[in-house]
Amino acid sequence: MALERWFRRNRPTKKEDDNSPAGLWLKCESCNAQIYRKDLVANTYICPECGHHYRMPVEARIALLADDDSFVPWSGDIEPLDPLEFVDAKPYTERLEAAREKQGRPDAIVTGAALLSGQPVALVVMDFFFMAGSMGSVVGEEIARAAERATDEGRAFVAITASGGARMQEGALSLMQMAKTTVALEGLARKHLPYVSVLTDPTTGGVTASFATLGDIIFAEPGALISFAGPRVIQQTIRQDLPEGFQRAEFLLQKGMVDDVVDRRALKGRIAEVLMLLRGSLPEPEKGVASVAAV
Amino acid sequence: MSLPFERPIDELEAKIRDMRAYAGQQEIDLGSEIEALQGRLDGLKRETYDNLTRWQRVQVARAPGRPTGLDYLQHAFEGFVELHGDRNLGDDPAIVTGLARLGGSSVVVIAQQKGRDTKENIHRNFGMSHPSGYRKAMRMFDLADKFRLPVISLIDTPGAYPGLAAEEQGQAWVIAESIQRMARLKVPAVSVVIGEGGSGGALAIGVANRVLILENAIYSVISPESCAAILWRDAGEAEKAAEALRITARDLMALGVVDRVIAEPLGAAHNNRDAAMELVKQALIEELALLAPLTPEQLLDSRYRRFRSLGSFQAVA
Repeated sequence: MALERWFRRNRPTKKEDDNSPAGLWLKCESCNAQIYRKDLVANTYICPECGHHYRMPVEARIALLADDDSFVPWSGDIEPLDPLEFVDAKPYTERLEAAREKQGRPDAIVTGAALLSGQPVALVVMDFFFMAGSMGSVVGEEIARAAERATDEGRAFVAITASGGARMQEGALSLMQMAKTTVALEGLARKHLPYVSVLTDPTTGGVTASFATLGDIIFAEPGALISFAGPRVIQQTIRQDLPEGFQRAEFLLQKGMVDDVVDRRALKGRIAEVLMLLRGSLPEPEKGVASVAAV
Repeated sequence: MSLPFERPIDELEAKIRDMRAYAGQQEIDLGSEIEALQGRLDGLKRETYDNLTRWQRVQVARAPGRPTGLDYLQHAFEGFVELHGDRNLGDDPAIVTGLARLGGSSVVVIAQQKGRDTKENIHRNFGMSHPSGYRKAMRMFDLADKFRLPVISLIDTPGAYPGLAAEEQGQAWVIAESIQRMARLKVPAVSVVIGEGGSGGALAIGVANRVLILENAIYSVISPESCAAILWRDAGEAEKAAEALRITARDLMALGVVDRVIAEPLGAAHNNRDAAMELVKQALIEELALLAPLTPEQLLDSRYRRFRSLGSFQAVA
C-alpha cells in the first residue's frame, strides 16, 4: 500500500481522533487548564500543563517511534468479513464501514517495518479510534503476520496496544485471536528476538490477556487503564468502590505487573535502550560442547 | 428441577408413571397404551432437544444437575488423585487438577468446577478462577511435559473472576501465560467444553490439539448477558445476544473453533448423567489414541497450525 494512501486524512471532524473536542483551544480533562490544541499535538498529545497523556492517533505514534521516513507499512491488505452476520442496534458491516470511513484503514491496526534509533523493528500500533481497538480476525491476523515476518527478517517486535478487548461481533473467532497472536510470538522467542510491549490507555480484556502482556519487556504509559475486566464490571461484581488509581499504570507497576511506567516523551529512547541491552553479548552456545560447562 | 421448555416432557413422563401405577393397582394390562405414550415421549424429547434455541441451549449448558468437572473425574476417569495449590499464593477451588487414569493410561487432568449446590458454588466461586487457578494449571502443564503424560482439560466456567484481588494479582497476565504455556506442551492435549466456555478464562486451558464440545455446551467470547449489557444496553436482552453470538456446539463447529461435537443422550446430559459421562470418556479415549503416535514436534506444529489458522477475513479489493 502506498504511503500517501496510508497517511491520507479525509475526515470531516477530528473530534474522536485525538480524544478531545474540536476547536483551537481545549480544556485539559485532567487539570482543567486551557490548552492550545497545536501545543498539545506538538507535545505528543501530552498536556503541557500537567503531563496528562491523551490517547494518540496511530500516525502520530508512528512518527514518534520510527526514524524519519523509515516506516514501511505491512498491514492493510486484508479486511474483515461478517462471519456471524452480527446485528445489534446496527449491523456489524455498517459499524465497520463507518470506522473504515473515519479512520481510513480496513481495521483497528497498523503494522510495518521501521528503524527505531537505527535498529530494525517490526512496529505494531493498535487504533483505539477504530471500534475501540477491538481485536477481531483481521487485527489478530495482522499481529500474527507481523510477528512471523519480524522473525523471518530478524527484527525486534514492538507493539503499542490500545484496545477495549476482543471484538464481540466476530464471536468465538475473536476469542481465538488471543491464541493466534500468542502462538505467533513463538518464532521470535526461538530466535531470541526481543519483544517490547507498550500498554497505552486503555488496554483491556482479551488483548491484555494475550499478546500484550507477553512482552519480554512491558512498559506502560502514565495513567493508562490496563485491566482484564473493566472497572465497571468489577464494581458490579464486588459492589463497593474501587481504590484510587486501581488498574492504572502506576498501580500495576507497584503490583509488579509492568517493567516501568514511561513518559511518552522518553518512550523511544527507553525502547531503543532496552533493545540495545538485550542484544546478547555472550557467544551463541554451540551444540555438542554443553558438557564442558558441567565440569 | 426442570427447565421451562422441559415441562411438556415432565407432564408426559408423569402421565406414564400414573398409568403404570394405575395398571398395577387395577391389575389390568395397559402395556400397549404405555408403549404408545413412551413412543410419544421419545418423539417429544427428540423434537424438543433438536430444536432448542441458542438461548435455551445456554440454559441447558448451565442446568443444575449437569455433570461437572469433578463428576467426570470421579466417574469417567479412574483413580483420580487431586493435586492442590499453585506453589505461590494458594489453592483455587474453581479449578481442580490432578492425575488419573483413562482407558488404562495415566493422564494429567485440569477441570473447571462449578458448585453442585449453593454451598459448593460459594466455595468454588461459581467456577470463576483467580490467577492462582491458572498458575496451578500451568504447574500441571509442567508436570505433564516432564513425565510425558497427555493433558485433558474440562472447560466449564462463566469466565475468569472479575474481582479486585484477581486484577491485582495479574488475571490478564496469567491467562496469557497459560495460553502460551499450553500451546508449548510437548504432549497430546485434548479439551472438552462440558458446560460453559466463558471467554479468556476458558481459553486459558483450551489450547489443545483437539477441542471437543458437548452437544448442549456453549463457548463464547463474552457471556450473552454481558454482551447484551454493552451492545443492547440491557442485560435483559441476553436472548438476542445469545442468538447473535452463535455460541452453540453446531455454530462453533461451522466456525472451525471446535473439532468435534459429542452428542448427548436423548434428553440432555443433566437428565442422563452416567450415559453422558460415558460418551465423553469414549470420545477422549478415541482422541488420545489418534494423538498418541505423534512426535512432540508434530504435536506442537499441529497445535500451532490449528490456532494460527482461525479467523475470517478477505483480501482488500
